[in-house]
Amino acid sequence: MRTVIAFAIVAVPVPALAQHEGHGQPEGEKPVDHSAMDHSQMDHGAVAATSGGPVLQGLKLDIPKPPEAPPPAAAGSGPPRAADAIWGAEAMRESREALARENGGMTLFWVQGDRLELRSREGHDGFLWDIQGWYGGDIDKLWVKTEGEGEVNGPLEDAEVQALWSHAIGPWFDLQAGVRQDLTGPERTHAVIGVQGLAPYLFEVDAAAFVSNKGDITARIEAELDQRITQSLILQPRMELGLSAQDIPELGVGAGIDHFEAGLRLRYEFAPEFAPYVGIEQEWKLGDSANFARLEGEDPSVTSVVVGVRFWF
Amino acid sequence: MQVSINTTRRSLIKSAVAIGGLAAMPAWARGVSHGPIRQGFDEVSGRVIDLAVGEGPIAVAGRRGHAFAVNGSIPGPLVRLKEGEPVTLRVANRLAEDTSIHWHGLLVPFQFDGVPGVSFPGIKPGETFVYEMPALRQAGTYWWHSHSGLQEQAGHYGPLIVDPAGPDPVEADRDYVLMLSEFTPLHPHTIMAKLKKGEEYFNRQKTSWTDEYPLSGADRRMWAGMRMMPTDIADVTGSTYTYLANGHAPSDGLEYLFKPGERVRLRVINGSAMSFFNVRIPGVRMTVVQADGKNVRPVEVDEFQIGTAETYDIVVEPTGEAHTIVAEAMDRSGMAVATLASRPGARAPVPPLRDPVLLTMKDMGHGSMDHSGMDHAAMGHDMPMGEMDHGAMNMRDTSTLPADVKVGPGLDMVSAEPIDRMGDPGLGLDKIGHKVLTYNDLSALEPNDDSRSPSRSMEIHLTGNMERYMWSFDGKKFNAVADQPIRFAFNERVRVKLVNDTMMAHPIHLHGHFFELVNGADRMHQPQKHTVIVQPGGSATFDLTADEVGDWAFHCHLLYHMHAGMFQVVTVASPEGVA
Repeated sequence: MRTVIAFAIVAVPVPALAQHEGHGQPEGEKPVDHSAMDHSQMDHGAVAATSGGPVLQGLKLDIPKPPEAPPPAAAGSGPPRAADAIWGAEAMRESREALARENGGMTLFWVQGDRLELRSREGHDGFLWDIQGWYGGDIDKLWVKTEGEGEVNGPLEDAEVQALWSHAIGPWFDLQAGVRQDLTGPERTHAVIGVQGLAPYLFEVDAAAFVSNKGDITARIEAELDQRITQSLILQPRMELGLSAQDIPELGVGAGIDHFEAGLRLRYEFAPEFAPYVGIEQEWKLGDSANFARLEGEDPSVTSVVVGVRFWF
Repeated sequence: MQVSINTTRRSLIKSAVAIGGLAAMPAWARGVSHGPIRQGFDEVSGRVIDLAVGEGPIAVAGRRGHAFAVNGSIPGPLVRLKEGEPVTLRVANRLAEDTSIHWHGLLVPFQFDGVPGVSFPGIKPGETFVYEMPALRQAGTYWWHSHSGLQEQAGHYGPLIVDPAGPDPVEADRDYVLMLSEFTPLHPHTIMAKLKKGEEYFNRQKTSWTDEYPLSGADRRMWAGMRMMPTDIADVTGSTYTYLANGHAPSDGLEYLFKPGERVRLRVINGSAMSFFNVRIPGVRMTVVQADGKNVRPVEVDEFQIGTAETYDIVVEPTGEAHTIVAEAMDRSGMAVATLASRPGARAPVPPLRDPVLLTMKDMGHGSMDHSGMDHAAMGHDMPMGEMDHGAMNMRDTSTLPADVKVGPGLDMVSAEPIDRMGDPGLGLDKIGHKVLTYNDLSALEPNDDSRSPSRSMEIHLTGNMERYMWSFDGKKFNAVADQPIRFAFNERVRVKLVNDTMMAHPIHLHGHFFELVNGADRMHQPQKHTVIVQPGGSATFDLTADEVGDWAFHCHLLYHMHAGMFQVVTVASPEGVA
């Protein structure tokens, strides 16, 4: 049973990924078959009429296209070095390297505080952080993610940090692999594998599976969607799903769907980089996780009013 | 005359004296001082010309920034040369970093083309580089700019005119330069980083719950389904740019004087880093007489779109007291403004910005589905979508791509049916109700000098990923192909088709050559250009005679596209076989 669930968890991001990369469209929908359309009845002369130009486009079709061919032998095949003969190879080397570096080879550093918030929940005030950042180029990056929460004037409840190597595997998705270190509770280190990117309909998705040094297999799927009300006012629904392949009593985690969170945040972008928000978040612990919570004297269903800030630089 | 930032004070005094003495410098060219770097430009000419690249603070329309300037002004001086004459251009670098000047559109020995890493090593701080140009083989309107880093965005550019050796076929009573560009207080590297990290960072015209765009719910879902935006017209916009006419903000009131009945020649140069402009003079018909420095058969238009790095010379015969010259940014987030004035201070109304532009099916590479002959207005919506389930379209069918296009994360769209779009007036201008110039309207005034049919053809795909802000040719950024240039044999004649697999218009520039647009004009009169706009999802085709030996830059002239990797080297083999 455990194995089955584990497979299910690992499999979650994969079909989604294959679908995004391969088709860029939801599965089950057929592309439009253009060949089936009858273009002959359309008046292409009208194209020129609307653009106001002379009817020239038809003429182009009559020009026979020369063969597509590789360059002739006279074009040479060595490296491009015409300037070396004039200025010297040594003089050119530095600027040539700089040119390649500057035109496509840049690296950047990015940090985003996706959620930095205070949470008011039935008399208890808590806080939460969810910060991520990367350093790297277009394809390969080093990602660092950290999140955690606790009570104001109380102990940390959860905290973790992840270090991941990230590799672009398609136009919109990165494959990420690395380690996660839990900073609270029983000491645990996890191997991480996941995907992060932009799904169709502009959902920001982050899905990862974790295998701990105790052999536990868990997974987490997060999705966010920016709904632009005005250019600066944005409503963001967010959901998070926690899964586990087994009961982990010492963590209060039950097998199956461990927890589900649904949030709604309304933020105002004073600048795209800085946006305070208010919102509401509902969390449910499910199955055995709910039972573990009840045994601890906690409510498995918690509603929080949140206020926070989202930023990046 | 050599002016550096260090001597700005002295030169200001000098020019103040000169103005007092009614100097020959016309008012439209003369700089108006708002700070250490002047707005507007002087003129330099002669057989030996000195230029000094400096830096300093600048203030434009109340906003301050740091700028690079040549001879102390933005734009830098108008370099006025003479066809048939040689010229020596000495460029002194007073910056703390390397610099360069590329003479855009000029036919020069490749080692003086001014691209660090391709043509020469660049100009080190404190160094003076001497460009020795042999007798110039052309006349017309051009410009110059830095090819180092992102200096061009920060003010390092200026106009260049080569006067013809013989009589000018364009007769005019007045001859003015209108150089369009942008000012931003942001550092160019900051802009680049924001484009990379904050997708559509500068777009303040995004679709929202409260917009008034003529988009149905189905349209909106389709765009979201594609993970793209119908308002993705310009990467950097009026949200940070002040659009400039000869370095002047709209509030500065740049004016060109005329007497009613005179023929006024306006040399319009798009010297911006990232902006296409729609140029019109309400109430005045414009005659296009030159494109990219080459004379064309005169075409009367009401408006034309000018891509980054293009030039158009127009002749107008204004009759009123004043006419506003409007250069509206293509995404309509702002405009540069000047006035044709029959007396100093005369003004005409400035029209408001028109509604923002939306991308269409054609711009998605489904050209043949957008039949302009259909009356889409009668279908109840402006854009030809909604009837079909376009969300089901495959926006990235890589099976249609040639084998040399690399399919990877840097390619987020493939044009399914890229049609030739040289008959298009440009984004947002196809239903404007008056005559807008298209490439198909252009034909060369003088017959071309090469009547051969191309011996081979090649296809180059313009590729990108908006979300990651990656741009490339054939899916390969320049840093991946720096040692694999595009090769031509000397004097080879090749037909090059540029296919745009992105939803943005790209102005593609080839250094050191003019190519002939395959636009339906007879072969001897195909218009010659140095820069061609390839419309989104479409194609543009040119014939090239590779008769200038050496290594030449070939790139998208949108500065941040080039910097992200949309750059290549074209190498034309020497006939002696020396590589």
